[in-house]
Amino acid sequence: MSGTPVMSQVQQPEPKGHSIDMSSLSTGREKSSLSEETICLTANDLSLFYGEKQALFNVSMQIPKNKATAFIGPSGCGKSTLLRCFNRMNDLIDDVTIKGEILLDDENILDKRVNVADLRRNVGMVFQKPNPFPKSIYENVAYGLRIQGINDRKILDETVEKSLKGAALWDEVKDRLSESALGMSGGQQQRLVIARAIAVEPEVLLLDEPASALDPISTLKIEELIHELKDKYTIVIVTHNMQQAARVSDYTAFMYMGKLIEFSDTDTLFTAPSQKQTEDYITGRYG
Amino acid sequence: MKTWFKSGQPWIWLSGGAIGICLVAVIGLLLLIAVRGLSYFWPSDIQSIVYVEQDGSEKNIIAEIYEETEVEAAQLRQAGMSVEGDDLIPRYLLKTGNRELYGLDFRTVIQPGIKSISQPEDIVVLERTEWGNFYGYIEHLTIDGEKVDQDTWQALEKQLERADTIRESIHHVERSEIGAINYQLEKLRLKQRRYELEHALTPEVIADLEEEKAVLNQQYSVLMEKLGQLYTEIRKNTVTMREAEGTVKDINIANIVSALQPNQLGVFGKLGAYFGKIGEFLLDEPREANTEGGVFPAIFGTVMMVLLMAVVVTPFGVISAIYLREYAKQGPITRLIRISVINLAGVPSIVYGVFGLGFFVYFLGGSIDALFYPEALPAPTFGTPGLFWSSLTLALLTVPVVIVATEEGLARIPRAIREGSLALGATKAETLWRVVIPMSSPAMMTGLILAVARAAGEVAPLMLVGVVKLAPTLPLDGNFPFLHLDRKFMHLGFHIYDVGFQSPNVEAARPLVYATAFLLVLVIVLLNLAAISIRNRLREKYKALES
Repeated sequence: MSGTPVMSQVQQPEPKGHSIDMSSLSTGREKSSLSEETICLTANDLSLFYGEKQALFNVSMQIPKNKATAFIGPSGCGKSTLLRCFNRMNDLIDDVTIKGEILLDDENILDKRVNVADLRRNVGMVFQKPNPFPKSIYENVAYGLRIQGINDRKILDETVEKSLKGAALWDEVKDRLSESALGMSGGQQQRLVIARAIAVEPEVLLLDEPASALDPISTLKIEELIHELKDKYTIVIVTHNMQQAARVSDYTAFMYMGKLIEFSDTDTLFTAPSQKQTEDYITGRYG
Repeated sequence: MKTWFKSGQPWIWLSGGAIGICLVAVIGLLLLIAVRGLSYFWPSDIQSIVYVEQDGSEKNIIAEIYEETEVEAAQLRQAGMSVEGDDLIPRYLLKTGNRELYGLDFRTVIQPGIKSISQPEDIVVLERTEWGNFYGYIEHLTIDGEKVDQDTWQALEKQLERADTIRESIHHVERSEIGAINYQLEKLRLKQRRYELEHALTPEVIADLEEEKAVLNQQYSVLMEKLGQLYTEIRKNTVTMREAEGTVKDINIANIVSALQPNQLGVFGKLGAYFGKIGEFLLDEPREANTEGGVFPAIFGTVMMVLLMAVVVTPFGVISAIYLREYAKQGPITRLIRISVINLAGVPSIVYGVFGLGFFVYFLGGSIDALFYPEALPAPTFGTPGLFWSSLTLALLTVPVVIVATEEGLARIPRAIREGSLALGATKAETLWRVVIPMSSPAMMTGLILAVARAAGEVAPLMLVGVVKLAPTLPLDGNFPFLHLDRKFMHLGFHIYDVGFQSPNVEAARPLVYATAFLLVLVIVLLNLAAISIRNRLREKYKALES
């Protein structure tokens, strides 16, 4: 889409905000990677406060387009909070103040004038616990379209089928589309929720610990799905499972105490972290 | 002992015992009113008694044994009766009927005075439209001026059937046809008055109105003639009855509701008569200052009022709860409002009645009359107690229950579900309409169930804002606009009070009080069951909360 201008803009980031990333990249084995990507989301000097308490400290990062980016870090480090900034889910919490900016296609999505509903349509999200609506499987997937006022049966049918196929669920549910989504297994429900999210064709897909409530086989299926989805969508995934981050992501950010400690391509971060804290965490010394 | 206490057994017994006592109390109450109420309709045998009065004279009595008590002989002696011994003496309360002859429906006799007792098969009980029951024997019938004294019972039954058919026609003509004409005439009068108030009463208009009036009056006189014929027809024949002492009395067939020879009936015959009487109780209009006949207008009024209340209170309560829970900023003010709402439920209901009378009836109703019905003044239309104001008052009384229940339901919807909807690009309002409200609808139904249960049993405020002892017309009829919100109505709860304490014949009406009370409980149970079945269906549909 608007890849080139975004690139040109982020090619000259403020040196302060990106000092960690750039240094880690320069010492890493795959020097070129992040600078060669088309950038989809950019956070500039992002700070977030819950009332008096600061939860994010001057986070700056660039999330590449059509790649999977993982956020890792110990519990309470702010990785979910950061994720929820990208579709302004934090707006729902009272007493939250955000400073800095997040650019999506050159537009600051934290601007008050941005239509939040449109933004969320563009930046889909899947939560930790499967949260299908108490409706039929079909209606769950069609929900986003119906919200947009699309009620044409033909379009709905096509989208539902395409989305369920995209979420690798079609073969399992095609004969019981009109049954309640609550009768599905946890793993199926989570893939249904992903299907629901991609039905509205977002640009970005935010996954907040999508497999943490699932059994290993369902987890595997979700991970395979992420691999397939990243061709079409920019994926940001929060996980507390480092193996999972290593398996599914192209880039990984390590966060600690509300700060972005290190952000680089996954191989570099796990094999040759530039920061001591990162190394301690991935080798299991804390967290 | 100590280990027994520690084991928790006493606690189980204590809590179990509490539940047991509650159950016994509820079942006992229901049984009492059910048995007393339902036995009223059973056609008991009629006794023919020869009784020796205190002055030594013998008297024949035909009566139904109503109640049996035992009194001490000493007590009777104190009352001036000559009885022997110190034992308990059975005393009977007899329903003798024939009020126009004896002055009273009831009399008491004591066991020692009863010389003989029998159940002759040809005793007839006549239920009449006035003067209560008649107990006695058929002497003869007078049909078309001719005396009939063969097969009198069959002849009487035939006459009653004929009278029933005619009575139905009379009822139809009076209520539907003449009622409709009266309604239109009243409308014409109001129309004329309105023109007058607007100073638009030109001679042409008057001519038009007069013409319409003439047409209606023409129809009216035709109907009156028809009605007159029907009345002569139904009043043509009489039955002559002989009471216990031999006094003969002519009774017009038109005045007889039903006739029965209870001593001849077997169990099935009695069952038939029993259900017939229950049907009459449920479907007929009251007679004789509410002490006879049925309670249909009261059932209708109660249900109508509760349904109207539900229609008003549900949206009102639900919308308030949604605002309080979803939109209002949670803080001290919201908390204060919430506490006030909850406390509203504790205000005595009569206070709502006073408020309803002052605000709804006099202020709102008065204003509506002044604005929209000036032609009817000084006779009030809405500025007088009526169905609508009763429903509104009760809606106000029950709105806290709906708000609290709905708020709880809204609070129980998992955050994840709301976020799931918002994350798909739905606005807050869309999320509410498409996900949150459907999912919390079972909680709203719970609120409604509680509201209905409370409203259906409430009497005190209604006495101020719309209930009457006897409403001439139902609030729903065939005249446009069909539902007449301004009309007064009857209510089962008030009916119980009226029959039990305000009627001229409290003794005779007491079983009716039990029957009506039982009916009121049944109506409330039915209304609740309907709401509960809807709620269960909704719960089944939105089961997500349990996971």
